[in-house]
Formats: sequence, structure tokens, C-alpha cells
Amino acid sequence: MMTRFTIALLASLIALPAFAAGDAEHPQAPPQGWSFDGVFGRYDPQTLQRGYLVYEQVCSSCHGLEYVTYRNLAEPGGPGFTMDQARAIAAEHLVPAGPDQDGNTTDENGLPLTRDGIPADAIPSPYANDLAARAANGGALPPDLSLMTKARLNGPSYIYSLLTGYEPDPHGEEQVGLYYNSYFTNHWIAMAPPLSDGLVEFPDGTEGTVENQAFAVTNFLMWASEPHLEKRKRMGFQVMLFLLILSVLLYMGYRRVWADQH
Amino acid sequence: MAHESTYQPQAGIEKWMDDRLPVMRLVHDSFVDFPTPKNLNYWYTFGGILTFCLVAQIATGITLAMHYVANDTMAFASVEHIMRDVNFGWLIRYSHAVGASMFFLAVYLHMFRGMYYGSYKAPREVLWILGCIIFLLMMATGFMGYVLPWGQMSFWGATVITSLFGAIPIIGDPIQQWMLGGFAVGNPALNRFFSLHYLLPFVIFGMVVLHVWALHVPGNNNPTGIDAKGPQDTVPFHPYYTVKDAFGLVIFMLIFAGFVFFAPNALGHPDNYIPANNLVTPAHIVPEWYLLPFYAILRSITFDFGIPFTDIIFIKAKFLGVIAMFASIGVLFVLPWLDTSKVRSMRYRPIMRFFFLIIFLPACVGLGWVGAETPAKVLYQQGEFTYYADYFEGEELTTLTYDTAEERDHAVESLVAVGTEVEIRDGTPFQFQMVHLGLILTIVYFAYFIIIMPLVGIIETPRPMPASIAESVLPRSSASAAAAE
Repeated sequence: MMTRFTIALLASLIALPAFAAGDAEHPQAPPQGWSFDGVFGRYDPQTLQRGYLVYEQVCSSCHGLEYVTYRNLAEPGGPGFTMDQARAIAAEHLVPAGPDQDGNTTDENGLPLTRDGIPADAIPSPYANDLAARAANGGALPPDLSLMTKARLNGPSYIYSLLTGYEPDPHGEEQVGLYYNSYFTNHWIAMAPPLSDGLVEFPDGTEGTVENQAFAVTNFLMWASEPHLEKRKRMGFQVMLFLLILSVLLYMGYRRVWADQH
Repeated sequence: MAHESTYQPQAGIEKWMDDRLPVMRLVHDSFVDFPTPKNLNYWYTFGGILTFCLVAQIATGITLAMHYVANDTMAFASVEHIMRDVNFGWLIRYSHAVGASMFFLAVYLHMFRGMYYGSYKAPREVLWILGCIIFLLMMATGFMGYVLPWGQMSFWGATVITSLFGAIPIIGDPIQQWMLGGFAVGNPALNRFFSLHYLLPFVIFGMVVLHVWALHVPGNNNPTGIDAKGPQDTVPFHPYYTVKDAFGLVIFMLIFAGFVFFAPNALGHPDNYIPANNLVTPAHIVPEWYLLPFYAILRSITFDFGIPFTDIIFIKAKFLGVIAMFASIGVLFVLPWLDTSKVRSMRYRPIMRFFFLIIFLPACVGLGWVGAETPAKVLYQQGEFTYYADYFEGEELTTLTYDTAEERDHAVESLVAVGTEVEIRDGTPFQFQMVHLGLILTIVYFAYFIIIMPLVGIIETPRPMPASIAESVLPRSSASAAAAE
């Protein structure tokens, strides 16, 4: 009797985080699914590298990745860049610099000092601060993307759906500075459709469709949110196996200890 | 149960120590040769499981505190630093976060077990009350721990919960400001929550020691609720229950590890991965799942308490909700005196068993569901919204009926434009909302303790009970043989 209630209790407990998301459409996973889903799920380094390309060429013009560093790009379980590649990528970017030897914080034009990036640097936001970001985006703040796939319900599918979900308003309505997207809460989003067919050309020959770009960058953002996913699942199997064997041994011990009582 | 010490110091050092501080004697008599009823089932393994949970939370928590920064500008980033850069930081933090949920899962099952088998009844009232105090401390600790990552749900959860104290008449506002160290949740609140979140687990630990002490005076209750009458009813705690508890614990750890390694965020809320922002309120502010039933009780009270048909109000709805929420925990403290039955175990109490399993448990789970949903969510609707416009066409009253307010307003505009006087009214259908379900379940929750429990204890005829624990665990044939002797 009580076992059934435990199951009901557990089931309700697992079902609880299901919250209504306004009147937005339910996010759709891409047809090929997510390689990182499920207990055996892993990242595909090739896809993550394509995703970084999309981030670099498109997203990074408005969004930063403040918790991801360039060195992370070369760490195991990630996009699989070599350390030299990561160093080269970092060096292509300018990051805010501290005061120079004379204590100046600005250059001769009054602009804040910058320097070439090193692997230890976080991937910076293009804006000096939130107010500058809002000023450049019609009052809307492009959020940092480091945790985006974990900060939304059904995160990866939500981002994929959002990136591919731009369409004309079914009622023919138009709003200044806002774009219709059926997956966004209340449907009007300040981000202009960021992707278009052929916008990013993939060097590995993958076709540069909107779907492929959205798929790749969502994979990349999932890795950015959860860089230790592969390590976590691998250790999970070791721990589960250990506990399973231990439970069998303990059960045998239990039967043996209690044998004289049955 | 309290019993003669059977400790025999062996080596010289043991004798020397025993004469000075008999700590080995205490351990031996409490956890080795402690007579324990031989019929304890797996529901009785949660005591050991909870001890593991507390130690695991303290161990992971102390490690997290080495890397966490309790400052409103750095807390969120320091948690991400733990997740990304600290060696195995992700494992420690996920274990701590999932661990809180597992701790509450275990404590709820432990409490339901105690309620089902009547473990709160004499002579175990103090044991039960100590458990209730531990539960209350756990809720405070869990709530304050959830604030520390300084995400959106941390911030707004803290805002909602601390505002409850502001609902107390007259002294509410000063109390709230004193607790927060300011007029709103901010850095002072974060700092003191961190301090208390570090302190309270050790208070819990102390209470657990008292809880175990209070358990070891009368000894364990058991599924029959019958007192152990002699050695034929008991087995020594070690190895019989050490091995059974260990097996139960490992099964529990399998579920624990399943969440930590394969679904670490399943029990959390996505909004807590958005940094706290006092200018943006989340669409739905919800606490962690283990507080949802109490949150539901809080929100289900939407009426003032006063004299009906007058404007006299004694208690405002918000404060009444706060009282109801605290009363829902407070009622647990007097449970031993609300139960009038002489029989402990619900195994032999058919009516009470029905009310517990079919009414009370689903009401608790239902309250959890209500707590997670928006109060205004419509569960059942009779009829449709209709919008009327009344006006006189000459002497004759004419009524126009519309499905939407826009259509009606449009028609009214054109009527008013030609000088007609129009009155509008809305037809509201009957709606059964989440908040109504919450109120019903709240009433069920309290009625279970205050009405059903005292009443059923008096009117119920218990089923026949076995004469002893030993008899209850013997196979049927040998039991009748034993009875024939």
C-alpha cells in the first residue's frame, strides 16, 4: 500500500517543475534531437565548433559569455580546439585592460584601454556596461548567454525554437523595434531575427541554413552552460555501478545475518 | 529501550578509558547491543538515511563555503566559479542542491511513517516534538540556503517569505526590517542568511543527538505498535539493523546519485540561473518543491476574518494566511494529544488508515501541486463570459449580448454616438480556481488533525492485534502452533 504512495509522491515531485510559460508555443526540439540528452548523451565537438563560429560571427555582436573563458574552448568534453587555437582565438579579441604604467585608464582619445585577449580571459560582452547595451538596443538588454540553456524551461529546445521561430504576425500587426516570435512570452521580442540562410558559412561543408546555424549554436550554448556534462555522466556511471554492486553485497549480507530470524 | 549495560571492556586501554569517560560503553549500548524490535520494515531505515543526509549536507556545505562569496555583487559569480573552475565543484554543488531535496524527501517519508505507525504516542511524545523542531529548523535552513546563489528565485523567494513577517499587525514592519537589515532584500540580508545557513545545521545536529537520545529511552516503535516484552521480541541493533539500514541507505543513494549525475537541475527552477534583479519580478514566484504545500496553505486564505455582514475585521487575509501556514506546522507539535486512540499502529485501525492514506496523503500532495500553480488558474468553468449592453428603445428595454468585451464596447460606442443612454454589465460564469482547491485541501489538512483524529480514535473499533511482536512475525502455521501451546 505504502509503496504505491511513494511512487505517487515521487511522480508528483518530478512533475512539479512544469510551469506554464505564458501563452508562448511549446518549444520544439530539432528533428535530429540533442546528442547531449539522455544518460549516454555527449557533445559532438564538430557541432560545438560550428556553434562557436555562429556565436562568434553573429551572437557575439550583442551577447557576452562572461562565465566562459577562451581556455575552456580547449578543455576536454568541449569543442575540442587545441590550446594553440584557443590562444589564437583569444588574441583576436580585445578585452578591457587595467591601468597602464602611468596609471592611465583611457587612451589619448579618452577611450577605455584594451589589450589582446589571453586564454584566461572570459569572453567579453561587446558593451562596457548594461546601460550602454540598452542604449544601443532600443532599451532592451541582450542577456549574457553563459547560462541561457539552464535559465529557461526546456532550455536547448526553447533557444532552437526561438532562433527558428520568427514569422510575420498572424494578425498582420507590426511593432516598432519588436519582432513577432511565437515561442517568446507575449510573442514580441526585441531581438531582430539574428540568423538567415547562408549568413554563416561552415568550413566543414555543412549547409548554412537557419536550422543548421540554430542547431549548432544551441549545442554550443548548452556546452557553455554545462561544460562538465560529459565528465558528470561518466562519473555517474561509475558511481551507479559501484552502488549497485554494493547494494547486492549488502543484500546478501542482510539475508545471511537475518537467516536465523526467518 | 533503556537496558542494563552489556559492555565488557576487553583490552587494558578500554578499561582505563571506561573508568574515566565511558564513551565506548555509550556507543556499545546505543548502537551495538541495543535491543531493537525484530519486525522493523524498510520505512524504519529513514532515520539512518536522514543522518547520512545531514552529514552529507554539512560536508558538502563546508566545502562550498570555502569557495562561495556572500556578497550581492559576487555571490552568483562565485557559484558559477564553483561550477566551472573549482575541482569537482559541480559535483559538490549539485550534491548539496540535490541533497537538500533528498533530505526533505526522506524527512517527509520518515514523518509519514511515524504518523502511520503511531510513533508519536506515549511514551514517545518528546521524541516526536524534537523531530518537529528539527523539521522546522530544516525548513529555515533550506529556505536560507536557496537564497545564497542569488538568482532570481533566490531573491524573490526571500522577498515573499520575509514579507510574511511584515503581515503581523503593528510590529510586522519593524520585525521585517530588523530581519533584513534594510527595507528590502539586499546585501545585509544575504550576509545574515549565509551566517545562519552555516549555523543552523549544527543546531540541527544537536537536536538530532537529543532525538536519538529520546529514541533510546523508550526504544523503537514498530509496525505493530506493540511494546517489546522481552528478548524474544528483539534483536541486537548490530548486526541486524546496521546491515538493513546500510542496504536501505545504498538504495536511497542510488536515487540520490541518479539525480546528481543525470538530472541535477530537475528539482530546481530555471529562473535561479538568472542573476538576481530587483527590478524584474519573475512571472511565477515559487519556493522549492518541499515548501510548496505550506506555500499553498499561505496563498489559499484570501478572506479577512471578522464579523460577517459588518466592516469589522479582526485579522486581515494576508496575516490569516501566515497564521494558517505556521499553524499547519504547529499542529504537528500537539499531534500526540490530538490522537485519542489507544492503538498505535494504523495496521489495526481501519478507519484511521483510510483517512490517512486516502484523504490526508493525497491532500498533502495536492497542496504541493496547488502551491506550484498560479492561484487564478481555472480548473472548472460552468458557462461562458457574456457581456451585456442594456438600453431603452422608446419604452422597451433592449439587451444586446456579446461574447467579448471588445465587441460590446464597439457596439456601445456607436449607440452612445447617436445619444442613447446605455448601461453595461458582465455575466461571469462560475469558476473553480486553483485557489479554491487550495482552500478545500487546507480545510481537509486541518480537519484531519483537529476533527477526524480525535473523533475516529473514540468511535473506531480496532482490529484484533497479535499478542506480541514475536507472534506477528512468525509464519501463520507456527503462530497458531505457538498459540496452541
